[in-house]
Amino acid sequence: MKVLLSWMREFAPIEGEPAFLAEQMTDLGMVVEEVVATGRTWDGIVVAEVLDLRPHPEADRIQLVDVDAGDGEALQICCGAFNMAVGDLVPLATIGTTMPGGLEIARRKLRGEWSNGMLCSSTELELGDDADGILILDAGLTVGLPLADALGATADTLFDLDIEGNRPDALSVAGVTRDLAARLGVPFTLPSPKFAESEPSTAATGSVEIAAPELCARFGLRVLRNVTVGESPAWMATRLVAAGMRPINSVVDISNYVMLELGQPNHTYDLGLVPGGELGVRMAGEGERLVTLDDVERDLMPADGLIVDGADTPIGLAGVMGGASTEISESTTDVLLEAAVWDRMTIARTSRRLNLRSEASTRFERGVDPMGIERALDRFAELAAEICGATVATGSVVVDGGLAPPTTVEVRTERINLILNTELAAGEMAALLDPIGFTSTPTPDGLSVSVPSWRLDASIEEDIAEEVGRHHGYSRSGKRVPTPTQAGGLTPAQAGRRRLRQALLGAGYSEAMPMPFLAPDDLARAGLVRADSGAEADGASISLTNPLVADESVLRTSLLPGLLKAVVRNQSHRNGAVRLYELGSVFHPSDDDLPDEFELVAGIGSGHGPGGATAGDSAAEAAVVQVNRLAAELGLAGLTVANAEVPGLHPTRAGEVRFRGKVLGTVGEVDPRVLEVYGVADRASWFELRVAPILAALESVPTQKPVSLYPSSDIDLAFTTPDAVPATDVARTIKKAGDGLIQWVRLFDVFRSAQLGDGRRSLAYQLRLQALDRTLTDDEVAAVRQRCIDAVEQAHGASLRG
Amino acid sequence: MIEQLADHEAAALAAIEAAATMEELQAAKTAVLGKAAPLSEAQRRLGSLPPEDRKDAGRALNAARKVVEARLDARTTELAEAERAAQLVAERLDLTEVPTDVTVGHAHVVTQAWEELEDVFTGMGYRIAEGPQVETDWHNFDALNIPPGHPARDGFDTIYVDHGKPGSTVLRTHTSPVQIRTMLTEEPPIYVVAPGRVFRADTADATHIPVFHQLEGLVIDEGISLADLAGTIEAFTTAYFGPGFSSRLRPNYFPFTEPSAEFDVQRPDGTWLELGGCGIVHPNVLRAGGVDPERWTGFAFGFGIDRLASLKFGIDDLREMYTNDIRFLHQF
Repeated sequence: MKVLLSWMREFAPIEGEPAFLAEQMTDLGMVVEEVVATGRTWDGIVVAEVLDLRPHPEADRIQLVDVDAGDGEALQICCGAFNMAVGDLVPLATIGTTMPGGLEIARRKLRGEWSNGMLCSSTELELGDDADGILILDAGLTVGLPLADALGATADTLFDLDIEGNRPDALSVAGVTRDLAARLGVPFTLPSPKFAESEPSTAATGSVEIAAPELCARFGLRVLRNVTVGESPAWMATRLVAAGMRPINSVVDISNYVMLELGQPNHTYDLGLVPGGELGVRMAGEGERLVTLDDVERDLMPADGLIVDGADTPIGLAGVMGGASTEISESTTDVLLEAAVWDRMTIARTSRRLNLRSEASTRFERGVDPMGIERALDRFAELAAEICGATVATGSVVVDGGLAPPTTVEVRTERINLILNTELAAGEMAALLDPIGFTSTPTPDGLSVSVPSWRLDASIEEDIAEEVGRHHGYSRSGKRVPTPTQAGGLTPAQAGRRRLRQALLGAGYSEAMPMPFLAPDDLARAGLVRADSGAEADGASISLTNPLVADESVLRTSLLPGLLKAVVRNQSHRNGAVRLYELGSVFHPSDDDLPDEFELVAGIGSGHGPGGATAGDSAAEAAVVQVNRLAAELGLAGLTVANAEVPGLHPTRAGEVRFRGKVLGTVGEVDPRVLEVYGVADRASWFELRVAPILAALESVPTQKPVSLYPSSDIDLAFTTPDAVPATDVARTIKKAGDGLIQWVRLFDVFRSAQLGDGRRSLAYQLRLQALDRTLTDDEVAAVRQRCIDAVEQAHGASLRG
Repeated sequence: MIEQLADHEAAALAAIEAAATMEELQAAKTAVLGKAAPLSEAQRRLGSLPPEDRKDAGRALNAARKVVEARLDARTTELAEAERAAQLVAERLDLTEVPTDVTVGHAHVVTQAWEELEDVFTGMGYRIAEGPQVETDWHNFDALNIPPGHPARDGFDTIYVDHGKPGSTVLRTHTSPVQIRTMLTEEPPIYVVAPGRVFRADTADATHIPVFHQLEGLVIDEGISLADLAGTIEAFTTAYFGPGFSSRLRPNYFPFTEPSAEFDVQRPDGTWLELGGCGIVHPNVLRAGGVDPERWTGFAFGFGIDRLASLKFGIDDLREMYTNDIRFLHQF
């Protein structure tokens, strides 16, 4: 909302530096985004008299004009317009002038003739949009007078305000002024429009019937006769331009002016085109159509509000746009003026559906003062009489539709003081509320506050608290920090999440944050669902109803596609070896109220070198090392890895991570085919684990186990086993056979050879034997050794290597 | 014999002096103090001397042994020092040959800001609340005093999820639904912050990203006022940004708070920075959370973590934070 200070001063004696006023408005919640020193000072532009007109010897489209700029001398100007006559007064931009549009006026030659300045059109002065001719000024002005003085324009200040959605009353010059005047403690008055009226009356000429009260709160009419449609006076054009609106013609401009001044949108019909001056208000029917002012034929819906004529023919889309059939034209003489208040939701829906957002629809959507209609009609009449020479018909017609009763809020002084941390007496609160239109009467414990019709946002005690707080000043509530009696802190799970992140950083993984959306074919491309089944078709994922782009229309079920894309991005910039992790949520379909949403942590590594996937090992081995590292760092005792087929991973280099009897996640090397599809050049290591079971494990506190003080014995055992036997299973068998005497089992050597034969390999383990309560005898050690050998040979088809 | 002792001593000292390594010294030690050494021989002969000579000879022998032993110790130290010095020279390493490009993981700037904010608030006695990213329409809007059709819903550019009844499930547009979830599961007093990921159907540009992060604060206690809100905002902005920063509230509008405010932070140079929204929790929101608005009042606030991180690290374009390019990630 752009508001000129001079305009505000018509309603209140606002004084003070613009910066101070801006601060006050911001503090009231009408945030001033910009303060512009404006006002058409038109420096360098003066009133000049046309002395002579003659053709340019070399050009048809330019004539030579001699003007007197006030010194009595004839000054030659080349001019492209031909609408002036000798003796006319015209605006002359003298040499050195900067035009409002930025053009600098210099002395220059046009086809061999000197031009010593420029004669200005109303467009060039930003006074109107008549670009064809030079602006002819009123006769009788003093030649040489600065144009600003001649037109009564003065320096001004423009405030650009950001008005919040709950303050439609501040979408008008008067509304903003009311708030500011109250803060400054100066009186605010809305002058009563003054104009003569004549018969026949509006009531005798026009009427309205509201068939849809849910659509229309109130509807007002006025009739104006003998209207001359012309150009608006400069003062009005200046204000409209400052407010960001283009002057069009006097009738349209007055309509806009009244809306900006009072916040009441209004509409004009050519009375001659509305049979009997009869209007009706109803909802649209199925299949109805209307050609709007912009000459577009609109298909209407039953949810749209309509204004119809006496024959029930639609002539306007309520609150959004008028119809073409009753539009004001140059031949219009009599005008039917409408000012109505419409249902906010209806206007919002219709304007959105038709993509017809306007200053009017914005105001209707937020809420217009239903009791401001009469004043808007009268103000229009006053301006039309003054500017368009209109004859104003006596009286107006205002019909109530679904008009809500006035609101009264009972407030407790104590409650408001609690919310605001103030110690205001009821009378002090009333003194803050009443200047902005509330009417407060004392009650035993506070005030009974009747809400003005333009404050549609105020309906409960807290709303009144906000008004008191706003005008008292939020800053006067003071600052204090409440002290919770609880101890703050992270939950064990939250602290665990940080440990998990820290462990990954320590392992060289940087944190990536890919978008959590996938393209519909991403799951298939990443090998996570079968390529021949669409992600949606088999219910494997959840789609967005209104995605921004098709490539981001599915919620992810795995972190793999996002991290693959991150690797590709890095490879394309030759970033070489990368390790990236993500800890984020995935979403699976579910029959519950919400999808199955849970956190995963995944790491990807690619490229050779210390920062990449491999650092010597294969990508798959590197991934297992990382998982084991995490397990060790976080104390996830009992976490195991075993080969398994995992969608998206290398068919023979992938495995499941198991923890506490459940699958925790997957680990291995990304399927080379998937890498090819995504364009990843190197092998890639991969692990993806569920976060919740890890955090749950981190919540349990380890209890101390006794440490043996007796000597230990180490023995080595090497077996040949079939390749298919997991090495960890052999270790587990050994540990179990030790009857609690084996402290640890370590695999320290693996080898394959022709001698061992195809499909077999040697696994060499070191075992440490130790008892808590005694030194083990040689016999005991030998017995344990034998039990281990027997157990492994029996369980795994293995044989001890001699 | 005493005369001979002087010769033995001199010979022993010469042998010790001649040893150039620890091994040679060990051999010399055996030669000058071992069983076959002349001094040991003399020791053994001591008993055969006439008694009147024995005392003097014994004293002289002891003195000679002491001299030799002392010299032996000194020579041992000398040689050990020399060997250590030689070893140190041989072990010299040029430490500048060690690779300097150590790869360590870097936390995302959003996570860094997120955790730092958590620390600030836990230090002030808050706990961290969490909630799902996919939310019911009720938690995201209705319970926050934004009923169906409320114009404020338009402002959120909501992304809807194809789950359940059409329009019933959304990607949460703010962290505010965590307010409701917290109130429904906990009894006041409540002091929590809820950092989390939020979503808007916004085309990405330098200042908007469709997926970003907010931190929500909720306090519900007896007698909570606008002053508690203003003081809390000030305390946390000072803690996060540092001394010299202050804050202000100015009236604003949010459906879920009344009175509502925007909070701005003033930098030490005097300029203002719009940071987020806040206000006194609307009684309808308290009721939706099962809290009696007559007994309890509360305040809530929220702001963008990404924006805070971008301000802190001087990131001009929010999109940079989501390229996942290690040349970006490794800077922080």
